[in-house]
Amino acid sequence: MTETLIPMIGVITDIRLDTPDVKTFRVVGRDGKKCFSHLPGQCAMLSVPGIGEAMFSITSSPTNKDYMEFSIKKCGCLTDWLHAMEVGQEILIRGPYGNHFPVESELKQKNLLFIAGGIGLAPLRSVINYCRDNRNDYGVLDIVYGSRSKDDLVDYREILEEWTADERTRVHLTIDRPQDGWDGHVGFVPDFVRELAFDTDKTVLLCGPPIMIKFTLQKLLEMGFAKTQIYTTMELRMKCGVGKCGRCNIGSKYVCKDGPVFRFDELDELPDEY
Amino acid sequence: MRKLSSDRMSELFERLDSLCPLYLPGEKDGAVSFVRYEQGVDYAVGALNTVRSAKDFFFPQVENIAAFRMTGKKIEILENQNGNEPFVVFGVRACDAASFSLLDQVFLSEPVDPYYRDRREAGTVITVACGEPDTSCFCTAFGIDPAEPKGDISVWLTDGFLYWQPRTDKGENLTENLTDILEECDGGEIKSYQDTIKTIANQLPLANLNLSYWENTDEKEIFASPVWDEIYKGCLGCGLCTFVCPTCQCYDVRDFDCGETVRKFRCWDSCMYSDFTRMAHGNPRKTQKERFRQRFMHKLKYFPENNGGLVSCVGCGRCVRSCPQGLNIVKTARRVSDD
Repeated sequence: MTETLIPMIGVITDIRLDTPDVKTFRVVGRDGKKCFSHLPGQCAMLSVPGIGEAMFSITSSPTNKDYMEFSIKKCGCLTDWLHAMEVGQEILIRGPYGNHFPVESELKQKNLLFIAGGIGLAPLRSVINYCRDNRNDYGVLDIVYGSRSKDDLVDYREILEEWTADERTRVHLTIDRPQDGWDGHVGFVPDFVRELAFDTDKTVLLCGPPIMIKFTLQKLLEMGFAKTQIYTTMELRMKCGVGKCGRCNIGSKYVCKDGPVFRFDELDELPDEY
Repeated sequence: MRKLSSDRMSELFERLDSLCPLYLPGEKDGAVSFVRYEQGVDYAVGALNTVRSAKDFFFPQVENIAAFRMTGKKIEILENQNGNEPFVVFGVRACDAASFSLLDQVFLSEPVDPYYRDRREAGTVITVACGEPDTSCFCTAFGIDPAEPKGDISVWLTDGFLYWQPRTDKGENLTENLTDILEECDGGEIKSYQDTIKTIANQLPLANLNLSYWENTDEKEIFASPVWDEIYKGCLGCGLCTFVCPTCQCYDVRDFDCGETVRKFRCWDSCMYSDFTRMAHGNPRKTQKERFRQRFMHKLKYFPENNGGLVSCVGCGRCVRSCPQGLNIVKTARRVSDD
């Protein structure tokens, strides 16, 4: 990689409206092939000339060799623009950046507990589908996923139709407030995790809004999980993606380069500034 | 070592500029900065330091890195031509020369920054020893010797002579083109000049800056120091310290819409600004306290942790001289370590 800041051209080949404010975009290179290979948890810089550039986690699994997907919530300048795009639009893409979830080492043969809140499912979906595609390498997969309402659950159809089809995968959905047509669990993710009373032999992958991460971590520790068993993925403002522009650091670590995936015992070593 | 009579300096500059573009300190409107050499103009080679550091030569304040054209749904990436013609910069001080090694740690580590690398390769640095260090100088606190500046060529300007010592292949190559005007001499001639510099440097009020607390204390403990709650209060968040600092290297990458095309450029940025870390969902450094703390934690703690103990300061004294509120790295380092 010589021209680290120079992107390549990607083409949007599919746009799926997941929730009122989340769309999933499918991207390939101009040659119709996947832009680059990546590992679960890694990110890419997406940009539109004149609008802006930002880091997004790659939602699709590396086992998908045909294209990449990004689930993106509409929440700012660039994401507003992306949400207004039509299929066939070209954008700019560079990456992959950062480390990844240790799917080929620490997570192998483990029972995994995925806990996601809202758009926090985006980076975990990559790992979940990686594990599903290498099913014999992993134990039981428990997926706890919560959002504000039924309509805000990202990838709802994939979850219902595909994830629940596997015997050794258990999906636990929750929404914040009661809603017509919802007979599932109602309540916040941290309390739900506690209610589900998981065995502490599991390795946890946790992602969601900062407040949800904070309280879920607290519950997990109360339940007897150790910080060395819990992984999360961080997000801070980034410009370069290679640890040089100087803004995404937590203490001496750069989220773009040393992260975005951290284990909670590693985060404990760093100043509390994220 | 070689030397040249001081009254023939303009002849030397003329020759250097004929080989490739020459930059050297010049005074304009009362401020000294690096300027392109022009015949017949008086230069401020004796001025202690430029207002801005010499980092511009390798890491310019603004540089274009690409351009795009958008037509309907299509994007075209236009080639960007960054010329990297050889150049010479004369009059860099020991502190700024040392700052280049720190910038190298960032930009030449993998993945290498190609823009910085190309400029670094194109430039030949001629340093000048500091005959009269300022009271705001403290380079010796970082093991920098103002009497023995690094660079491709070191120069000493004594009464009557310019002494010239090449240090690298680049410096030797340049010197080969100048053997007719630079006569060989014995290095011993500058000994007493160097001794005088050392005597002055050791007596400077800030040179005794002691960073052992910073070296030996856990980053979380320093981060949590109650001193930060007080010391940042004068900070205006103007970013002047980061602007003049030779080791500050944080940058932004932005687009500029030129109408026909969109230009992608890189420019200096500052951790002292409120939008430096601001995101759609909030800002991890909400007040000036966090931003102020970040700057000094980075220079004195985080950077050394990532770079084999090297502190990201060269004691040039620019922040000491420039801060409108009289805040600076020495004051901060001392307050936090209760020194």
